[in-house]
Amino acid sequence: MWQILKTASILTIFAILGGGLVAFSYQSTIEQIKINEREALLRTLTALVPKNTYDNDLFTDTKEIESELGVDNNLTIHLARKAGQPVAAILIPTAPDGYNGRINMLVAVNYAGILLGVRVTSHQETPGLGDKIDLRKSNWIRGFKGYSLLNPTDNGWKVKRDGGIFDQFTGATITPRAVVKTVHKTLSFYWKFRDKIFEPK
Amino acid sequence: MTQYAKITRDGLWDNNPGLVQLLGLCPLLAVTGTVVNGLGLGIATTLTLITSNVTVSLIRNVVPNEIRLPVFVLIIASFVTIIEMMLKAFYYDLYLALGIFIPLIVTNCSIIGRAEAFASKQPMDKAFMDGLMMGIGFTIALATLGGMRELLGYGTLFSQAELMFGQAWMTITVFDNYHSFLLAVLPPGAFFGLGLLIAFKNALKKS
Repeated sequence: MWQILKTASILTIFAILGGGLVAFSYQSTIEQIKINEREALLRTLTALVPKNTYDNDLFTDTKEIESELGVDNNLTIHLARKAGQPVAAILIPTAPDGYNGRINMLVAVNYAGILLGVRVTSHQETPGLGDKIDLRKSNWIRGFKGYSLLNPTDNGWKVKRDGGIFDQFTGATITPRAVVKTVHKTLSFYWKFRDKIFEPK
Repeated sequence: MTQYAKITRDGLWDNNPGLVQLLGLCPLLAVTGTVVNGLGLGIATTLTLITSNVTVSLIRNVVPNEIRLPVFVLIIASFVTIIEMMLKAFYYDLYLALGIFIPLIVTNCSIIGRAEAFASKQPMDKAFMDGLMMGIGFTIALATLGGMRELLGYGTLFSQAELMFGQAWMTITVFDNYHSFLLAVLPPGAFFGLGLLIAFKNALKKS
């Protein structure tokens, strides 16, 4: 009986010590982790929207709108304004139909609806084939800059194999197809909800 | 041979966790797409091995035999969680590359293996040495396999080294205009590569 109690209390002491250590490190690193996450996102956001064109805090000026484009039906949008006037929006949609799961993206459009740029933030596409959507692997994703919902028209918003204007990669069609489709859908969404997106809080 | 020399030789070569004990295959095969990924996970594993070995050795006379395994698991899990937070706080870009594999260290059998087979029976200094050497041995196996796969797969070495060592480190492009060899990068390439490494090591032993 005493033996069991003794053993149990030793185990309890170790559990408390372990938990305490983890809690302590959490407390001492959480601030830095938040700063890192914020900086990583800001770095990508500022790469898409030129810094001198806006004067608000891109990171905190956000809006969430219900849409199937976003994760959990919730599309997050970062807004760029200058002197209160809308300049650009960065939407964070996800393509559900990648070759290997979801492809999370950033789509930046200026107020007039012209694409400032697209970036892939995370994906699990095949290394060497589908991962060319990642800027670290190829420049393909830069090719969206300057296009808009009406340029090209609906039929052009496809990869070349499907009769559109966007390149696919050798050996991978599904990945770029998913990206092109989601960019197109995001542009439609932007046009439909532009007023709501920039509505002051 | 002194005991330290034996521990060193065991960890690096005779009883290398990656190539001889074949423990920790899950992270070994999953992250070794590039040298830098291999090194990163290797260093994180080494830190875990050292901290867990030293702690297990320190408490070896306090913990009753019947609860030693739960206590070891508790210690290892706590240290891995702490290392993950540290990585996230101070090497965020590397964390982005390795992040999902860090929790896998908990499942790396070589850590609990060393705690049970070595650290729980030895004084602290030897346990520390064993953790360090086993860790380095594992890191060498990871980095070598990563190097083979990166060279064959992409034709480069040390790509994205700046994530770990800062801007001074540059990627070495070994073959220009290399058309990537996909198999080396995919999981089967990891198995082939590991098989070749083990065969090579065994051949050295025979001769």
